[in-house]
Order: sequence, then structure tokens, then C-alpha cells
Amino acid sequence: MKKILTIINREYSTRVRKKSFLLMSIIGPILFAAMMIVPTWMSQMDDTEEKIIAVADSSHLFLNAFPETNYLKFEYLPDADLNKYKGEFNESPYYAVLYISQVITYSPNAVHLYSDKSPSLSVRMHISNAIEKKLERDKLKAYNIDENVLNAVKTSISIRSVKLTKSGEENENNFTLNMIIGYLVGFMIYFTIFFSGAQVMRGVIEEKTSRIIEIIISSVKPFQLMMGKILGVGLVSLTQFAIWGVLTMVLYTAVAPMIMPDVAQMGKEMQVENLLDAGSTLQPQQPINDKLESEVTMMLASVGNINFGVIIFSFLFFFFGGFFLYGAMFAAIGSAVDAEADTQQFMIPVTIPLVLSMVVMFQTVQNPESQMSFWFSIIPFTSPIVMMARIPFGVPIEEIFLSAFLLIITFILFTWLAGKVYRTGILMYGKKTSWKEMWKWIRYKN
Amino acid sequence: MNIIEAKSIHKQFANHKALKNVSIDVPEGKIFGLLGPNGAGKTTLIRIVNQITAPDIGELMFKGRALTPDDVLNIGYLPEERGLYKKMKVGEQAIYLARLKGLSRNDAVSKLKFWFEKFEIEPWWNKKVQELSKGMQQKVQFIVTILHEPELLIFDEPFSGFDPINTKLLKNEILTLKEKGTSIIFSTHNMGSVEEICDEIALINQSEKILDGKVEDIKAKFSSNSYECNYIGDYNKIQQVVESDFEIIKHIQNHNTHYLKVSLTDKQKDNALLAKMMNEVTISSFNQVVPTMDDIFIKVVNEDSVKEI
Repeated sequence: MKKILTIINREYSTRVRKKSFLLMSIIGPILFAAMMIVPTWMSQMDDTEEKIIAVADSSHLFLNAFPETNYLKFEYLPDADLNKYKGEFNESPYYAVLYISQVITYSPNAVHLYSDKSPSLSVRMHISNAIEKKLERDKLKAYNIDENVLNAVKTSISIRSVKLTKSGEENENNFTLNMIIGYLVGFMIYFTIFFSGAQVMRGVIEEKTSRIIEIIISSVKPFQLMMGKILGVGLVSLTQFAIWGVLTMVLYTAVAPMIMPDVAQMGKEMQVENLLDAGSTLQPQQPINDKLESEVTMMLASVGNINFGVIIFSFLFFFFGGFFLYGAMFAAIGSAVDAEADTQQFMIPVTIPLVLSMVVMFQTVQNPESQMSFWFSIIPFTSPIVMMARIPFGVPIEEIFLSAFLLIITFILFTWLAGKVYRTGILMYGKKTSWKEMWKWIRYKN
Repeated sequence: MNIIEAKSIHKQFANHKALKNVSIDVPEGKIFGLLGPNGAGKTTLIRIVNQITAPDIGELMFKGRALTPDDVLNIGYLPEERGLYKKMKVGEQAIYLARLKGLSRNDAVSKLKFWFEKFEIEPWWNKKVQELSKGMQQKVQFIVTILHEPELLIFDEPFSGFDPINTKLLKNEILTLKEKGTSIIFSTHNMGSVEEICDEIALINQSEKILDGKVEDIKAKFSSNSYECNYIGDYNKIQQVVESDFEIIKHIQNHNTHYLKVSLTDKQKDNALLAKMMNEVTISSFNQVVPTMDDIFIKVVNEDSVKEI
């Protein structure tokens, strides 16, 4: 046991001290924060440049029909001679020329936007909305329907799902938020298994090619070395997660208020209300945020209802379970080859279930209760990723236990098999290993 | 007492038999040479002693009792295929390997300091292994092997990759270790070093032990009872007096100096031959032809191979 600790210590400290680890630790959260912040920021950036769109309207229906924003202006051209405007476009001050043909009322393809740039989606949406609205209004008039009546008939529904737990508590949860969390944790496990698995494999190949292996296994059992390596690399990933988590939070709280003052403000309000609420969890949840209707605020409102304890605990379990299972396979592959270039043929059977998990996960975050999600979250090779994607939505405890139990059994079996391959493989040089050979190694007594 | 006794070891790999009924006794406090051509099974036997692999049949005794997993702490092993982590610093790496052999960090550091000073390699402590030459790395490996002061040391081709100066340094260290009471298994196919340092040997060929015993006994057994003589004088005279009683195997003349090789039967005395020759010619040298270990090795291995065919 002491020897395993010594091995873990080496595997851990040599990796943590590497420049690449430091770089990943810093760049990781910047990337994560950027993923959250930049899209919002970009959408705001887009509108700050004033654009004038010339409207050449042959149908004569749309004079002054386009609402103007701070940055988007419309100029209605006196005549609809499109060719003339197209010809003079480069000298004109216009961002784009909007051409509406006479047949607009019955042909949806009658609108063209000419520009030397690619008009953004928001600009196009703005224009098409305005046209649709105008046409709609005109058509309603033609049918003699009052617009006010129509508005009164329109109803907007947003569903807020409330989970009924067995103990009779009600937890409001937000599907979109669960989806984001499920996707995030699933992806993190996927990424780490691949990344760290490859590190384990490379570590084994390094020991083999540098020929230090025989010196080490004259002091420790090959199995101890293999487990020490897998554990050490696993802890490195865990450290990386922790650093990322903390830095992302810091960055997000520091930068977000500057860029998205409204959202951050709402978030704070919700946090306060949730804190107040937390003291009385047994009471039915009050609809605390009737006044704030947007999806974002609803999401933030249910952040407090997510059981982070369960998510973090199961993340740790499924991460280590999955990583042990795949890490052992990666170690066995590393032991069977002389160079990383030879790993291809053995990588495929390991890669397929991982990639499959990823594909299933995309479905799972949209439909966590489906048959496919259920089975793939039980089968050990895909369960670490798929089950993690399901957990934020709430999974019956017996399903989690079944999945966890099968995962433990499988990783014990595979670690044992991998240990046998590893033990023989690390001392084999120069011969190209086949599957048949590996099977023989497994059956060797010692 | 024997530090290692291997009894009737068999080891089968997928397609070939690596060891067939091999038994060896390694005496305590001696240097035991494990000899044999490439691929004979030496390394397999050593790996079995180190418990890297286990024998299919046969048992191993360590100081008279069955070998246990903890005994590896009492063995130092320098494998033939040896290397170090290239990107790790020398000192740190040496401490790591020493700790795997059960030394505490402090013990490892103080012992390493001693040996690094002795070998005059302190400046390497903070260098990465990849900055060292192969010979330098070998020195570090040697230190790491003996650092925990085990009772049994196993060297597999220890001198490969060393220049003559460092070979001598290492040889002296090995002899010093033996004087301190350490038992040593020395595996090689370099016969010159065997004669210099080994007390006993075992010769393995094609997975079987074909010869073992004390070096002087083996040499005596293989000595051919023939003599070589260099003299100045007339060959015809010699021929007349010698050929009547003895068998001349070889004669070479270079100007007026002659080389003569004579074979004696068991009953004949070398002094009788010398006495006869002394009367006729001026003798400059006279000695018994003793086979080198190299000769014995080649002879035994060839005979064994012929037998196989």
C-alpha cells in the first residue's frame, strides 16, 4: 500500500508540475467563461454599428412599416428601380437594399436583401418579422377581424415542471438548466476519460520504451504500478476540475456584471430569495418569481433547487468508475505496444463505446426517461457518461444503484484482465501484438 | 549456506520452453556467474528469482526458506534492459526508486549523497536524465541498484555500455560489496570478467543447465594436460628425445626460436619432459596449457548443441 502511494505521488506530482497542466488550468476556465459570456456579448456588439437599409418596395405596401431601432434605420426609396440601386450600391451609404416585389402577398419568396456584406440573422429576422406582421394585419383586415380581438385570444404558456419526490416535497426544476448541467457533466466525463486515458497509455509506453519498467517491477508488482498510475492520473484530472470550477466561478462573478448587468442582478435577487426560502423547505414552494417571466430568470430561480450534493457525489463516483474501467484498458493497450503509433488497432474497441455514449447523451439530455437513455445508463461501458447526463433530471435511486453496482463489477473484472495483459505486455518487445496473443497473456498463470 | 536455491525450475512460454529442470545453488557471500549464450534462459531465471514471473514448476528458497514477495526488498536488480524516466531529474528519480525499495525519503537522500560524492556525480543531481550520456545513466542505475544495501545483488550484463575506466570502477565496487558479505549473481556472456571476479558459475544453454561448480574446479576439469614451450635450439634434437615418450601436437618455427606443444598422458610428469628438453636446447618459457573460460564455454556449448541435433 505504501508503495502504491509512492507511485501515485510520482504520477501526480510530475504531471501537476508540468507547464501544460498550468496552461490548461488557466485556459480552461477562460474558455468556459468565454463560452458563457461571449455569445451574449457578441449579440450586443452586433447592434452598435448604425446600419441604414434602403427599401425598394414595388408592392407599395410597406411605407414606414419597418420599426426602427437605435442602430437599424430604414430609408424608403421613391422608386423601385432595383437595377439602378444595385449599380450604385458601392457609392451609396446603405448597408443593404431591401427589394420587395409586387407579388409579395401570395409569394413568400418575393423579398430580397442585397448587400456586399452578410446581413446578420437578427437583421433578417427584424425585417421578416415586420413584413409578416404587416401582411398578417392586412389579411386580418381583409377578413374583418379586429386586431384587438386577436391579441386577446393569443395566449402564451411556459411550462414550469415541478418534481414530486417520494417524501412529498415539491422541487421546481427547469428543464433547460438540467439539460445544460447534464450535458456539461456528461461531456466532462467523456473528455476526461479520453484525455486522461491517453495519458495513462502514454505513461505506460514511456516506461516500456525507456526500459525503466523492469527496474520498477523488481520492486513492486506490475498491478500496483498500473493501479498507482491510473489513480495518480485520475487525481490530476480531479485537481484540474477543482481548479476549473473555482476559477470559472471567480471569472464569471467578476466579469459577468460588467457585461450582463441585468442578468447578474436578477441572479442575485433570485439567490437572495432562495436563501430566504431555504429555511423553510417543507413548505410548498411559493411562486417567487411571477414578476420575472424570462426563461433565464426561471433558470436562475431553479438553480437553488438543484441537488448539487447528489450531482457532485455521483459525478465523483461515475468519473472514477468510468475512468478506472477505461484507464485499465488504456494501460493494457499501452503495455501491448512499443510505440504510440501501434495503438490504433486496439483503440477502436475502446473508442466505440465512448463515442456511442456521447451520441446517446445528446438524446438523453433531451429525453432523459427514454428507453435508450435508460439502457445506456445501466450498461457499464456507457453508463458513466449517460447516467451522469440523466442525474440532474432526477433518477430513481434504485436505478443509480444498479448502474453503480454493474459499473463496479465491470471495472473490477476489466482491471483484473487488464492487469494480466499488462503484466506480460510490459516485458514484451519488438513483436507486434495481436488479439490472439493478448488472449494468451490473459490465460497465463503467472 | 546458500542465499538462493532454485530447485527443478520449469518455465514454458507460449511457443518455447524457457527453462527445463534448472537447479542452481547460489552461495552466500560469493559472486555467482550465470553464463550462457543469448536466449539461453538466463534472464528468465533471473526474473523468476526477482519474482517478476513465476515458474510453472519448481521452487525457490531464500536463505533456506521459501522465497516470499517481501524478499524483493532484500534484492537489488540491475536488468540488462535498463533505463530511467527521461524527463525526471536524476536526484528525484533516484529517491523515487529507492523509496520503492522501502527506504524512507531521508535515508534515501543521505545514502544517495554518499554515493553521488563517491562517484563524483553530484552536479548531476538536478539534471534531467535525458541530458546524461548512456554511461552516466548506467552509473546512476548502479547506485540505485545497490543503495538499499540488499543481501543479494543481481547484475545482468552490468558492464555493457561502460568504457574501460568505468568498467574497472564498477568491478572494484562489486568486489568491495562481496567483501562486505553481499551475495552477487552475475549474468553475462563476457567470459573475461567471469574469470576475474566469479567464484562459482552455472552455464545454461538451450534452457538447460549444462555445467556448474567452482571456477577452479571447472578449469581443472577441462585442463587438457598439455604443455607449451618456447625454446632456442635445434628442433631435430628435440624431436628425437621427446617423440620417443611424448606426443607432439604442434610445432612452429620462427627463425631460430621454436614453439612446441606437447600432450602428456595421466601418468607422465611435466618435470620429466622438462628434464629431457633442458639437455638439448635453451628454454625461454614452459607452462601448462590451461583453458580459458571462453574456451570451456565454447567447447561445452558446441558439444551440447551437437548433442541436440
